[in-house]
Amino acid sequence: MENMALYLLAFLVFPGFLFTSTFGLVVSWIDRKVSALVQWRVGPPFFQPFYDLFKLWQKELIIPRNAKGTSFILAPFIGLVATSLLATIIGIINLKPEYQFVGDAIVILYLMIIPPLAIIWGGFSSGNPFASLGASREIKLMMGYELPFILAVAAVFFKVGSISLGEIIQYQQVHGALLNHPSMLVAFVVSLLWLQAKLGEIPFDISEAECEIMEGPFIEYSGPLLGIYKVMMAMLHVVCPWFLITIFWGGASMQGWGILWSLLKFIFIIVLVVLIKNTNPRVRIDQAVKFFWGWVTLLALISMILMFLGY
Amino acid sequence: MSNLSTRWLKKSPWVYHIGTGGCNNCDIEILDCLTPRFDVERFGIKLVVTPRHADVLLVSGPVTYHIKPRLQEVYKQVPKPCVVACIGACACSMGIFKDAYSVAGPVDKVIKEVDPNAIFVYVPGCPPKPETMIMALVKALQKI
Repeated sequence: MENMALYLLAFLVFPGFLFTSTFGLVVSWIDRKVSALVQWRVGPPFFQPFYDLFKLWQKELIIPRNAKGTSFILAPFIGLVATSLLATIIGIINLKPEYQFVGDAIVILYLMIIPPLAIIWGGFSSGNPFASLGASREIKLMMGYELPFILAVAAVFFKVGSISLGEIIQYQQVHGALLNHPSMLVAFVVSLLWLQAKLGEIPFDISEAECEIMEGPFIEYSGPLLGIYKVMMAMLHVVCPWFLITIFWGGASMQGWGILWSLLKFIFIIVLVVLIKNTNPRVRIDQAVKFFWGWVTLLALISMILMFLGY
Repeated sequence: MSNLSTRWLKKSPWVYHIGTGGCNNCDIEILDCLTPRFDVERFGIKLVVTPRHADVLLVSGPVTYHIKPRLQEVYKQVPKPCVVACIGACACSMGIFKDAYSVAGPVDKVIKEVDPNAIFVYVPGCPPKPETMIMALVKALQKI
């Protein structure tokens, strides 16, 4: 019973929902501030993402007449719960690698597909042609980016000889970060490209292209439900880089000076994502799928071959 | 309107831009607002692309008969509380289009047909300067 309460606390407060969402909103401030600096502007104040969220919470909630009400309302919550669960699992295993369970990395890979699925579900149920267009693009993009990423993660599994996150961390504590191997460096590059598409950032924000299909799946969402989507996206901006740090870069330590080092790794990845976002134009969906199934999958295969050759 | 419901609206007004038959001059000035020179993101003002996300409607131009039902429909789609900003002389009082055969009326009259309690901000000028628009928005959001 006591264990149950502890897990619930982990899910709701740290490292689950509350911690990740607060940190995620700070990350979205970093995102906006760095973009502003790139564009030679001043940028928003530090609490701007929080203001946005509180304001959305106070706005009217409109459910369109054509929408399928239940799934329209449920979709954001499902995405939010899945993301919180992801944060909980990754966080707990980073804190205490012995809390691992068999195949937790596989569970994480599956859970990571749920937030895009929630967006797709919400988009299709909102009864708007632009939302359906955006949702169908999201499906295609998802099929594109998941293949090379799973190959890259499989390379890590073979290198370590385990499919559990805790053992991957322990392996790195003994042998040094996996990034030191050339094969894993290639896999990391593949994962960074995956990250860009997963977070829906330019050049791969095809599904929510603002000036083209008007935010795609989010077009009919207003008020609190839009706020929940914003929180979910902010949390994904924390969880996905965290997962990459865990499997490639020796994990995010939470003790002493380790916190600072983990934070630096994290900010490096986020700033890299923002810089790519600010210096590239949006690609078309066919270009994106070709890119992922062509060049990026090739890179992932190269990483796999290098790994089997022992590099 | 209660104090609570607009407390955070001042901090992050998201604007949606709708042209209702103007000469495009005000629209260009609105776009000037969003450039790095004026940088309205400092005040949390952000351009959104769908009325569902909007808090402020930036309407420019006299309302023609053709666009009147569309403007009313867009206004109904905006989640309340929201503010309607009439940008330019035409939107405020029809300007040189007064008594023209194709014009349905100034923005406030058209929107009051669907919602008598709508909140308006008038920004006269042909076109108004970006500074004027920013000031008008700030003043309006402090009033409500």
